[in-house]
Amino acid sequence: MHDTVLNTDAATSQGPEVTTMGLTMYRLSTWLKSPRPYLMFIGFAIVLGFWYLAVEVWKLPRFEDMPGLTEVFGEWFNKDPIYGLSVYTPEYYTHIGISLRRIAYAFLLATGLGVPLGLFLGWSKTFREFIFPLFEVLRPIPILAWVPLAIIIFAGSESPVVFLTFLASFFATTLNTMLGVESIDESYSRAASCLGASRWQVFRHVVIPGAMPYIFTGLQISIGVAWFSLVAGEMVSGQFGLGYLINTSYMMVEYPKIIIGMITLGIVGFASSAMVRVLGDYLMQWRVRELALGD
Amino acid sequence: MKQGRFIGKLFSRATLRGLFAIAVFILIWEVGARSEQWLGFRMPYLGLIPPPTDVAASWAGLIGDPSYWQSWYMSFLRVFGGFLAAMAIGIPLGLFMAVNKTFYGIYFPTFEIMRPIPPLAWVPASIIFWPTQELSIAFVTFLGAFYTIVINVLGGARSINKQYLQAAQSMGASQWDIFRRIVLPATLPSIVVGSAVGMGITWEVVVAAEMISGGGSSGGGAGGGLGFFIWSSYVGGSYEQIIVGMISIGIAGYFSSELLRQLGGFFTPWLKTR
Amino acid sequence: MSEVLDRKVVADDSAKVDSDVAGRAAPEVTKGAICIDDVVKIYDPDGAAVMAVDHCSIDIPAGEICMIVGPSGCGKTTLLNAIAGFHDITSGSIHLDGELLCGPGKPEATPGSDRIVVFQNGALFPWKTNLENIAFGPLMAGKLSKSEIYDKARSMMADAGLSGTENNYPGEVSSGLRRRVEIVRALMNDPKVLLFDEPYRALDSLTKSVMHEALLEIYYRNKVTIFFITHDLEEAIFLGHRLIIMSSRPCKPKKIVDVDIPHPRDYSVLTSSRFREIMLEAKGVVHEEAQKAFDAGEKEG
Repeated sequence: MHDTVLNTDAATSQGPEVTTMGLTMYRLSTWLKSPRPYLMFIGFAIVLGFWYLAVEVWKLPRFEDMPGLTEVFGEWFNKDPIYGLSVYTPEYYTHIGISLRRIAYAFLLATGLGVPLGLFLGWSKTFREFIFPLFEVLRPIPILAWVPLAIIIFAGSESPVVFLTFLASFFATTLNTMLGVESIDESYSRAASCLGASRWQVFRHVVIPGAMPYIFTGLQISIGVAWFSLVAGEMVSGQFGLGYLINTSYMMVEYPKIIIGMITLGIVGFASSAMVRVLGDYLMQWRVRELALGD
Repeated sequence: MKQGRFIGKLFSRATLRGLFAIAVFILIWEVGARSEQWLGFRMPYLGLIPPPTDVAASWAGLIGDPSYWQSWYMSFLRVFGGFLAAMAIGIPLGLFMAVNKTFYGIYFPTFEIMRPIPPLAWVPASIIFWPTQELSIAFVTFLGAFYTIVINVLGGARSINKQYLQAAQSMGASQWDIFRRIVLPATLPSIVVGSAVGMGITWEVVVAAEMISGGGSSGGGAGGGLGFFIWSSYVGGSYEQIIVGMISIGIAGYFSSELLRQLGGFFTPWLKTR
Repeated sequence: MSEVLDRKVVADDSAKVDSDVAGRAAPEVTKGAICIDDVVKIYDPDGAAVMAVDHCSIDIPAGEICMIVGPSGCGKTTLLNAIAGFHDITSGSIHLDGELLCGPGKPEATPGSDRIVVFQNGALFPWKTNLENIAFGPLMAGKLSKSEIYDKARSMMADAGLSGTENNYPGEVSSGLRRRVEIVRALMNDPKVLLFDEPYRALDSLTKSVMHEALLEIYYRNKVTIFFITHDLEEAIFLGHRLIIMSSRPCKPKKIVDVDIPHPRDYSVLTSSRFREIMLEAKGVVHEEAQKAFDAGEKEG
């Protein structure tokens, strides 16, 4: 009798296997059935329509100097662009590629240093008491205020930009990783040590996976601020890159290129943070499955 | 209580350790910066920056200089101008998006698409659009804080416990009452958080905008601000002043966030009980 | 099925002792005797000291289910944490099978897999599957090969009726099932003692009663000493050989109640007259302490 009670409980609690793909398809179909995509379309139409009308039809004051909708998109997808930049020119991809390379260097370096540092800061109280105040003293200085110093310290035009981008990511990653370790319920590490885990094993099996959700939140923020500082760095110093493109296009009075640069930045920035999110979901299957049940 | 003293005791040890680490940091910096003079060889990186004692001396000289304080004033003015504008527009917008589903459906995707564009990428477009440089800086500053504030307000308002709303309804509250007495106060903590984060971004943007506009062709000390102070120190070759400027901005940013936190605590007294 | 009916009869008639039942009762177990001797725990000894445990002495024979009953926040968990080795004690000593865990010269025990805690809110690692959770202890010890460990884990899960949930994450299964996985995880290490810190507190009363029977079921198969903290008197009487009712802060045994209802028990025990008598006997003391704790809370708050 006891056994039957136990077994039914066990049987009902195991649901059908939830896969990421299946879940995505399901969400897509419910999304299409809701009014949301159509409202979204209306929203886009309003913004783009206003842009078009204000600049190119009504020629409102102040708007008339701005590059218009058709001018920008005409240039962007032109096989023979007037200002020499469109999806058909290799120069466009050079700018994107160089920005991406800088982001990749800075982000990987910041993750490689920031995650371990944050883990140790959260794990060892002594270490935290020594290092964290120093960290807190340096953190309020805006990343951009480091620009001249970075130019002085690092030779050339490439490393200052990468350094600035790294610095922004590094602070975000370290801080969030540390908060992640602090957020872990004490009973997990207690349970692990009860079960015979050594201090190192607790670190490996409890601290690292337990901090994972915060680490990935940190990485999301990190990639955002990386783009933020990259653009600033590229605008002030450096050659090539999307920030540089925007700034020089302004100097050269090639206004449509400014907007092309901005939109491209938005797309590339969005894609890179989406990649971080996908990687996070992949590494944290347990969270994906828990959340799937909540839906 | 008893626990307070316990924490206080711990804190003092932690404070000592923190101060020790900072002292070591400054010492390494001093030695590194003076390595050529003291040790006979130039330490990589550190050897290129001015030593902390020179920075302090330079700072002492600047304390009496009104143009240095003018820079503080200009930056604060820009930060609070842009920030208040972002609050004034961002909070109602966030609340309205939380309350009205149709508006949310229309506007939110556009908002999300614009958000990944870093605020600084707007600088040239903003200079073209706005008649004065001051307005264009203000606009970019506004953008920096705006996204964060809207996202936080929206998140806060949407996560209100439904039972609060039901309780209010069952006690006969009108729609307006519910908004004013439930939605608004329940969102306040998120508004405070969003503002604190937004404040940090605002300082980043102001510094950058001051540097970009000052470093550009327009020049002239009229624009001013701490970001410009740093940039002109760099251009003028007085490297100590760069660091003075960095520390000044750090202090200014810290106090702005602290002010917001205190203000936030004042407006959300119920969060203090724990 | 017939065995179950037998048990009911036995439970209703406490005078009659089935030989099988007697054989299954506590004394046969030889390891896991806890001796708590004059333990005192004071937080922050040189500031405004708070005495959590006051000269507390408890002897728990091997294999006993010892229920520690007391109002919330009275310091029961402090005692449990001291046995588990999570923090030190101010004075006194705790022995396990004659071996000193903590005491003179050794204020803090080290956590070990001979005493395993089942936590109040559950501490299954959400990032490991149920199977990985259960295999955790032996994997850490590293004495057996991986495949041996997983085979043992699977068979233990099957015994506890947990087959089919091996590859689920704890977040995907019901809270009652999670508690059972946690107990199996503890038993994988052949512990001498299981320390329960109000494990069923957050469960609804129906799930609770199922969990109680499941726990006894597991206990009958793997005899260990159980140190079980609760403030639910019904739970305490149903499960325990003995109730130790603690006074409100500081924590100290106030009354010991022997539950002379023979094991194995099932839910029908709850309606027996002996159960009600014990309930009556314990209730007065517990209520008095709860009132004291409540009043103290009012003053502090």
